[in-house]
Amino acid sequence: MLAFLLRRILIAIPTVVIISIMVFGLQHLLPGDPLLVLAGEERDPAVLEALREKYRLNDPIPVQYLAWVGNALQGDLGVSLRTNQPVTELMAQKLPVTIQLALMSMVFALVIGIPAGILSAVKKGTATDYVANVVALSGLSIPNFWLGIMLILLVSVKWQLLPASGYVPPSEDLWQSIRTMLMPSFVLGTALAATLMRHTRSSMIGVLSADYVRTARAKGLAERVVILKHALRNALTPIVTLTALLFGELVAGAVLTEQIFTIPGFGKLVVDAVFNRDYAVVQGIVLVTAVGFIVMNLFADAMYFVLNPRLRGS
Amino acid sequence: MELSNLVLRFRGQPNDVVDHVSLAAKSGEVLCVVGESGCGKSVTAMALMGLLPPDSSLISSGNLRIGGETFDLTRDVVPRAMRGNRIAMIFQEPMTSLNPAFRVGDQICEAIIQQGGATRAQARARAETMLRRVGIANPAQRLLEYPHQLSGGMRQRVMIAMALANDPQVLIADEPTTALDVTIQAQILDLIRDLRDDIGMSTIMITHDLGVVAEIGDRIAVMYGGQVVEQGPVREVFDNPQHPYTIGLMSAMPGLERPGARLAIVPGTVPTIANMPEGCRFRTRCVFATAACARRPALSEIAAQHQVACHFVPLEENIEVAR
Repeated sequence: MLAFLLRRILIAIPTVVIISIMVFGLQHLLPGDPLLVLAGEERDPAVLEALREKYRLNDPIPVQYLAWVGNALQGDLGVSLRTNQPVTELMAQKLPVTIQLALMSMVFALVIGIPAGILSAVKKGTATDYVANVVALSGLSIPNFWLGIMLILLVSVKWQLLPASGYVPPSEDLWQSIRTMLMPSFVLGTALAATLMRHTRSSMIGVLSADYVRTARAKGLAERVVILKHALRNALTPIVTLTALLFGELVAGAVLTEQIFTIPGFGKLVVDAVFNRDYAVVQGIVLVTAVGFIVMNLFADAMYFVLNPRLRGS
Repeated sequence: MELSNLVLRFRGQPNDVVDHVSLAAKSGEVLCVVGESGCGKSVTAMALMGLLPPDSSLISSGNLRIGGETFDLTRDVVPRAMRGNRIAMIFQEPMTSLNPAFRVGDQICEAIIQQGGATRAQARARAETMLRRVGIANPAQRLLEYPHQLSGGMRQRVMIAMALANDPQVLIADEPTTALDVTIQAQILDLIRDLRDDIGMSTIMITHDLGVVAEIGDRIAVMYGGQVVEQGPVREVFDNPQHPYTIGLMSAMPGLERPGARLAIVPGTVPTIANMPEGCRFRTRCVFATAACARRPALSEIAAQHQVACHFVPLEENIEVAR
C-alpha cells in the first residue's frame, strides 16, 4: 500500500509543476498591467520603473517563475499587490469559511444523495425510483443562483427563519454560524446530492445482482443487512472517489453561491483578485486549489485500500 | 425433504418455467437433478431457497416439507429463519459467491450468529471447526484471509463450510463443481459425500454432468422443459433409461468403450419457454413422437420407484407401435 501511495505521490509531482507553470504563464498572457493598479493615478515613469524593479518584473519570465516557485516552496506566496497583505495570510483568513461551507454542503449531499441512490436502486423500476430520478434531475438542472435567490426570498424575507446572508465564525457563535451557512450549503449540497444519487444508484444496481449478494440472502440475512452491509460496502468504492473530487471542487470555491449569500470565502477572494489584477493572490489561490485537488485524489486512492482488500496484498 | 407440485412462472411469460415438479430426498440421500441449461433445475433450487425475486416470478402451487413441517410456497417464500439454517445452498461460482470486501471468517461467523444463540467467540470456534472439517489446512489463519487470497477449490470449501455451519437438514448444491478443475471437482464431490454421511442431510445436487451423478447420486431426477420426465434410483435409471430424453442424454455421455467414436447428440435445442409445445414438451425433439404426444403424459411407475413421463413406456414393447 505504501509503495502504491508513494508512486501516486511521485506521479503527482510533475502534475503540480505543470500546473504551476500554467498558473504563472496565464497571468502573463492576460491583458492589463498590474503596475497601473499599484501606481494608481501616479503615472510617473520613474515610479513605475522603481516598482518594476521592486517586484522584479524586469527579469526574464523564467527567472521570475523560479523565484516565485522558490518562495512558494518556503510557504511564501508573495504579497497582495493591492492590500500588501501576504497571500498566505489572506488565504488563511478565507480558508476556514470555505471549508465550513464545503463540509456542510457535503453533509447535505451525502445525507440526501446516498440514501436516495440506494433506495432507487433497490426499488428499481418502481414509482419511488422514478420520483427519485426526477428529483435528482431537477436538482442537477436548477441553477444554484436561482435556488439561492428563491430560498432567500422564501426562508429569509417571507418567513424570516434564517439570515439571508453574511458569515459568523463558528468560534464566535457556533449556532448562529451554522444557521447562516444553512441555506448556501443546502444550495450547493443538493446539486451534488443529485450527482451522488445517480452514481450510487448505478453502482448499487450493479452490485445487487452479484453472486455474493445472493449468498448473503441464502444465509438468511435480513434484506436490510444484505443491502446496507454486503451490497453497499462494495458499491461504495466509486462513490468515495466521487465524493473526494466533489469536495475538492467545493473547496476551490463556489463563486456564484458565495456571491449571492455574500460569504467571504475562497470564491469571493479569487474573483476580487482577478478583477483587481492582483497577480500574487490569483497565482497563490489557483496553485493551492490545484494542490488541494491532487491531495483529495490521493486521499481517494488511499480510501480504496480501506474499502477493497484485494488491493492491500499487491 | 419433499417438494410437491411446484408450479412457477416468470411474469410476462405465457408458460410455466417449472411445471408440476415434485422432488424428494430422504435424510442422508443425494438426489441429483439433471437436465440441459434452461430446463428449470436451477430455478427450482432458487424457489426452494426463496431466492427468486417476488416481483418477477410467481409461484402458483407448491408445498415444501422439511422434517415434520410443511410450507406453502405460494403464500410466502421459505421463511428467512430457515434459510442458511435448515436449508442451505452452495452455488456454481465459488470465485464470485463470497463477498470480496469481508474476511472469510467474518462471512462464516455471520451465518452462524444470524441463526441465533452463538456469541462471537463461539461462532469463531465453530467456523474454525467447519473449515477443518471441509479439509482446509491452517483454518485459524484462513479465517483471517479475504476471498481473493484463496483458490477456487478453497473458496468452494469455504462456501460448503458456511452452508453446513448450522447443520442444515437440506443442502442444495447448484452445479458446485462446474467451475472447478477436474481434480478439485473430485475432491469437492468426495467432501460432499463424506459430509452427507456425517451430518445425514438430504442433498439436492443440481448438475448436467452424468459423471457427477454416477459418482455421488442415490437417486436421479431428469428434467426437461420445466418438468420431471424420469426419476428413480441412479443405478436403475442408468441401466434402464426409459424416457427418450434420458436415453438421449445417456448416449451423449463420452465413454471409454469406443474411443474416437462420435458422440451421439439429442437433436435440436430446448424450445424457449414461450414456444413450449402443448402436451409432452419433448415431442418437438423426440424421434418417437406421434399425435398421441399432444396429450401430456403422466409420471407413471414402471419399476420400483422408477417413474417415467412418456406415453410409450416401456419403450422396448411400444417402439414398434410408435413407429
